[in-house]
Amino acid sequence: MKEFDPGEAPSSIVSITDRVKPLPLGAAVGSVHFLGDRAFFVGAEESVAIATADGEITRTETHFGAILCAVSDGKRLVTGGDDGKLIAIDAKGETSVIATDAKRRWIDNVALHGDGTVAWSAGKTAFVRNPKGEEKTFEVPSTVGGLAFAPKGLRLAIAHYNGVTLWFPNMAANPEFLEWAGSHLAVSFSPDNKFLVTAMHEAAMHGWRLADNRHMRMSGYPGRVRSMSWSAGGKGLATSGADTVIVWPFTSKDGPMGKEPAMLAPMPARVAVVACHPKNDIMAVGYADGTVLMVRLEDGAEILVRRNAGTAVSALGWNAKGTLLAFGTEDGDAGIVEM
Amino acid sequence: MAEASQKIPVTVLTGYLGAGKTTLLNRILSENHGKKYAVIVNEFGEIGIDNDLIIGADEEVFEMNNGCVCCTVRGDLVRIMDGLMKRKGKFDAIIVETTGLADPAPVAQTFFVDEDVQKNARLDAVVTVADAKWLSDRLKDAPEAKNQIAFADVIVLNKTDLVSKAELAEVEARIRGINPYAKLHRTERCQVGISDVLERGAFDLDRILEIEPDFLEAGDGHDHDHDHHHGHDHDHHHQDHGHGLKHYHDEDMQSLSLRSDKPLDPTKFMPWLQNLVATEGQKILRSKGILAFTGDDDRYVFQGVHMMLEGDHQRKWKDGEKRESRVVFIGRELPEQAIRDGFEQCITT
Repeated sequence: MKEFDPGEAPSSIVSITDRVKPLPLGAAVGSVHFLGDRAFFVGAEESVAIATADGEITRTETHFGAILCAVSDGKRLVTGGDDGKLIAIDAKGETSVIATDAKRRWIDNVALHGDGTVAWSAGKTAFVRNPKGEEKTFEVPSTVGGLAFAPKGLRLAIAHYNGVTLWFPNMAANPEFLEWAGSHLAVSFSPDNKFLVTAMHEAAMHGWRLADNRHMRMSGYPGRVRSMSWSAGGKGLATSGADTVIVWPFTSKDGPMGKEPAMLAPMPARVAVVACHPKNDIMAVGYADGTVLMVRLEDGAEILVRRNAGTAVSALGWNAKGTLLAFGTEDGDAGIVEM
Repeated sequence: MAEASQKIPVTVLTGYLGAGKTTLLNRILSENHGKKYAVIVNEFGEIGIDNDLIIGADEEVFEMNNGCVCCTVRGDLVRIMDGLMKRKGKFDAIIVETTGLADPAPVAQTFFVDEDVQKNARLDAVVTVADAKWLSDRLKDAPEAKNQIAFADVIVLNKTDLVSKAELAEVEARIRGINPYAKLHRTERCQVGISDVLERGAFDLDRILEIEPDFLEAGDGHDHDHDHHHGHDHDHHHQDHGHGLKHYHDEDMQSLSLRSDKPLDPTKFMPWLQNLVATEGQKILRSKGILAFTGDDDRYVFQGVHMMLEGDHQRKWKDGEKRESRVVFIGRELPEQAIRDGFEQCITT
């Protein structure tokens, strides 16, 4: 078990705010994903706004209602809505309906596998559909809080109340259950497939070392962890929920067990979103006061991308090459910046 | 507290099986009020109003991981509130309907415990629909029904056309034996004014102005306009009081009212209250208080659900206003004497 004690340290800062291409989207942003070099801003409801680095915006209507979840593998974007629909959007912005819930339940979570398999959940049921269109379902004891595919093999982690179920949709074997009291929401495998972590309803993270299911408690957060991101190569896990970015080390075989997390980029506002660069040891950080920073993981050096203004940053994303960064806010302001 | 008004009000609608919850809900939704509601229900199908958002819930009650057994929340509500907040501006208020056997506490506690929920929404009131014909029986054999009455801010005593005057007096007296503080409305087919059940502000600290028992207004079954002048109302019913209500004392659910003309010592009262809810919180369903502290010109108000408390300085005591402290607990098997003694110890001598 590890606890940290958030501190504070103000600093002067380099700014690239003048290089940001402003994108006045005018509607709350839920998340942002790059397909190629275009940023797909998933709205809180109804539509996806597609923007180029030049600031050109087009809009695609997707759901009739709130967009509750979104995931991208860089080739397509898949979103689930409160209209019971699971919708795919390709790099051209063309939409197609993958599935419609028979009872029109909310699609709460979605995950994509490298081979094109898609998983989603409605209530207590997790669905998996492979690229051939074969569908399988699995029921967990309580509402699914989060879904994630393991980086190797076809194995789906389903977070729910009191733990995580690891389901192998293509195998007859019984699913594995990792137990830990409490409500587990977002779930994520480390890129090396050795650890599984969840963000809990309480202001804490929980983790398991998959080799022996040893527990890792990561607590001390003043608020719920709503955003987490693995740094390049999976060396660290950057998390929101405190007034600094909390980065748990995952370099050793014990993961963060018995180690202190790094506390970077302290601000007088809560960290709302984190997105690590795909290749380098830097991350983008969005705060509840609207600030966006780029932060070097090694020493915490900061570059200002957006000054604090308006509402919380709600979305951050890098393109695969790591040359473009996009951000969006709860009040529909957004921007894109070329590195 | 100004921001409280921007938060979306949430009404919790409870009531034992068959009391008429769905009737009340349909009544609220179909009335021409120009408002849109997001309604969280357990069973689809019985409600069909196109204009509103209807969301199915699973009523999943979770224990919080803080070692406190009565700190339960509705996990599904946390998720639904997250989703609903993406549609902010599309509806004016939220109504949560619970199943007939549900305990209202986890629903209420969800709005105390979860930071994100609290940021966007505020609990407005717990409204309990009760069946005038069967409630007396249910209070004997269904602890859930008793919980719902004890927890209520507003009680809609429905199906009054199916009982005699004497039966009605009996069931009202039983309700008052458990919860003398809720607003009580006698109805047939849940015909009650919307303003009597929605936008009550029962959990709004700023509106904990009146924690007097509601006996005196209770007889006012045919007048749903509660904007009338209270002074008149009180006078009117005092005349009736001589041949009024029977007084019941429920065996296991009671309310306890404490009062002091002398100011309380905040260094004694606050630790006492916190300790009380920490040790007896499972038994205490609701608590409320208006407090006059020694050397403090502000009124202090608090309210609680089981072990969760919130309180704040409310406003200055007015000139000529009686600086009196009043505290109310509603709960099961309350250790009355211990609570009274504890309260006495907090009075500044």
